[in-house]
Amino acid sequence: MLGLQILIDGFAISALYGLGAVGFSLIFGVSGVLNLSHGAIMVVAAVTAWATAGDLGFGTYGGALAGVLAGFVLSFATYFLVVRPIQGSHAIPREEKEIFVLTGTLLWGIMIQQAIAYLFFNTPKTVRPLVEGVVNIAGVRTPINEIVTLLVSWTAIGLLWLLINRTRAGKALLAASMNPRGLTLLGFEMANIHCVVWAIYGVLAGIAGVLLGAFLGVSSDNIGTLTASAFSIVVLGGLGSVSGSLIAAYVVGYLETVTAYLVAPSVRSVPVLLLLVLVVYLRPQGLLGRR
Amino acid sequence: MLGSRNFWLAMAALVVLYLLPFGVSGYVLGLLTVAYYYAVAAMAWDLLFGFAGEVNFGPSFLVGLGAYTATLLNVYAAAPILPCLLAAAAAAVAGGLVLAVPALRLRGPYFGLVTLVAVLLLQNIIVLFSGITGGEIGLALTDVLAIDDHTNYWYALGFMTVSGGLLFGLSRSSAGLILQASGQDAVQAAALGFNVAKHKLAAFCISALFSGLAGAMLVFYLGTASAGTVVDIGIGVQFIIAAVLGGRRTIIGAAIGSIFLIVAGEVLRPLGELSTFVVSSFALVVILFLPGGFLGLLAGRRG
Repeated sequence: MLGLQILIDGFAISALYGLGAVGFSLIFGVSGVLNLSHGAIMVVAAVTAWATAGDLGFGTYGGALAGVLAGFVLSFATYFLVVRPIQGSHAIPREEKEIFVLTGTLLWGIMIQQAIAYLFFNTPKTVRPLVEGVVNIAGVRTPINEIVTLLVSWTAIGLLWLLINRTRAGKALLAASMNPRGLTLLGFEMANIHCVVWAIYGVLAGIAGVLLGAFLGVSSDNIGTLTASAFSIVVLGGLGSVSGSLIAAYVVGYLETVTAYLVAPSVRSVPVLLLLVLVVYLRPQGLLGRR
Repeated sequence: MLGSRNFWLAMAALVVLYLLPFGVSGYVLGLLTVAYYYAVAAMAWDLLFGFAGEVNFGPSFLVGLGAYTATLLNVYAAAPILPCLLAAAAAAVAGGLVLAVPALRLRGPYFGLVTLVAVLLLQNIIVLFSGITGGEIGLALTDVLAIDDHTNYWYALGFMTVSGGLLFGLSRSSAGLILQASGQDAVQAAALGFNVAKHKLAAFCISALFSGLAGAMLVFYLGTASAGTVVDIGIGVQFIIAAVLGGRRTIIGAAIGSIFLIVAGEVLRPLGELSTFVVSSFALVVILFLPGGFLGLLAGRRG
C-alpha cells in the first residue's frame, strides 16, 4: 500500500519537477543563460492565479489562465530588462558575461521575491485545484488534482517535444543550441530565436507555477529552494539536455518521496544533495549531457 | 589599474573610520562592526572570483564552517577564544580544500552548483542536529569578544584592516598576477610555465582562512550562532553583491560594497519589506550600467 502511494505521489511530483526544469534547461541550451529568477517567476504565476481566482473572483480557470499569462509576461521582462542589456553591454568583458547574467537574474529574483512578500505577505498560498475530489486507486486515496497535475505536465512536455521536433521554429531552436553561428549564416536572426525561447519558457514556467500552487502551495520564501531544485535537476540531467532533465526530474522526485515516506519529511532533500555531489564529481557533464 | 591616488584615498578613509568612535553613537558603531566582518568575507570572495576566476556561490559555506567550529568548541569544550579562532581557521581551510578539488576539475556553472550544494548540505546538517547546534534558533556562546561597543569596534576594524591589507598586498604581488592569469586563461598561464593548480589551491586556502576567521569573529561578537545569520544562502549572496557592487577584482571594493550594503539596509529600514527590494534594484542598476562597480567609476573618471 505504502509502495503504491509512493509510486503515485512520486510520479506526480516528478512530472511537475520535470515541467519546471525543462524550460530552465531549454533557455540554457539555446541562449546559454542560467536564469536564477526561475523560482520567482513560478511563484509569481502561482500567486497571480491565487489572487485572480480568489480576491478578484475570476474563478479557478480564469485564475489559472492569468497565472500562465503572468509567467509569460515576467519571462519577457526578465529577458528585456536584465538578460539582454547584460549580453549587449560593451562595458562587460565577454568572459564575464556569464557571472553577470547569474548575478543580475539573482538580484532580479530577490526583487520579485520582496515585491511578492510586500504585496501579498509571505504566508503560504494554495491555488484552488482545477478539479476537486478524490479517487481511489487500488486502495490509495488520490486527489484528482494530483492526476490533473500529472496529465497537464506531460501534455505540456509533449507539446514542447512536437514544437521542437516538428515545426520550423522549433528546429531553428534546436539548431541554435547546437551551432548558433551556423544558424546566423543561414539568415536567421538570433534575437528573434531568443525571443521565441523566452516566450516558450515563460509559458512553461507559468504552467508549472500554477500547478505547483495547486499541488503543494507556494510562498515567497520558497523561491530560493525552487530555483535550486530546478538548477540541480538540470545539472543532474546534463545542462542543455531536455530529455536528461526529465529523467533527472524523476530521479529527484522519487528520491525525495521515498525519503519523505520512509525516513522523515524533514530530510527529504539530503539524499538528492549527496547524489548531486557524487554525480558532479564522477560525471560532471550529468546523465545525458555533452561535454 | 588602481594607482597610488586610490591608495591614499583608502588610507584617508581608514583614518576617518579609526576616528569615528570619538564622534558617533554606539548604535552606529555596532552596525559598522558587523559590516567590517562582512567586508572581510566579501574581500576573501573577491580573491577567489576576481583573481582566481572561480565563481563561488557558497561563501557562506566557508564562513559558516568557521563560525560553527568556533561556537561548538567554545560551548562544548569550553575552549577560550583564541584556540577557537585558530580551529575555525583550520576548519575553513579544510573546507576550502574540499571545494578546491572539484574547482580544479569542473568549469563555470558546474562548480557554482557544487558550492551551492555545499551550503545547502551544511545548513541541512545544522538543522538536522539542532539538538547540538541550536539549529535555526541558534546557540549562545559562553564567551564574547567584548561587551563594550568601542572595544568591539576596534577589534572589527583592526581585523578588517589587517585582512584587507594582506589580501590587497597578495593580489598586487607577483603571485596575484599569476593567479589572475590562471583565472583568465588557464591554458596560456600553464603554457607560460606557471603551476595553475598550485596557485588556485593556495587562493582557495587563503580565501577560506579569512572567511572562516570572519565567521568566527562575527559569532564571538554577536554572542550567538544560527544557521540564518552565518550559513544561509542569502548571507552568501550579500557578500557576492557587495563585491560586485564595490568593484570586482579590486579587493578594497568588496569592503566598500559591504559597508554600503549594511548602511543602506539600515537607512532604508523604515521601508520595512521594501528595503531589500530597493537595495537589490540599486545593485541591479549598478551591475547593468556600471559593471566596474563604485571603484570602476572612480577609475573611469580618471582614465
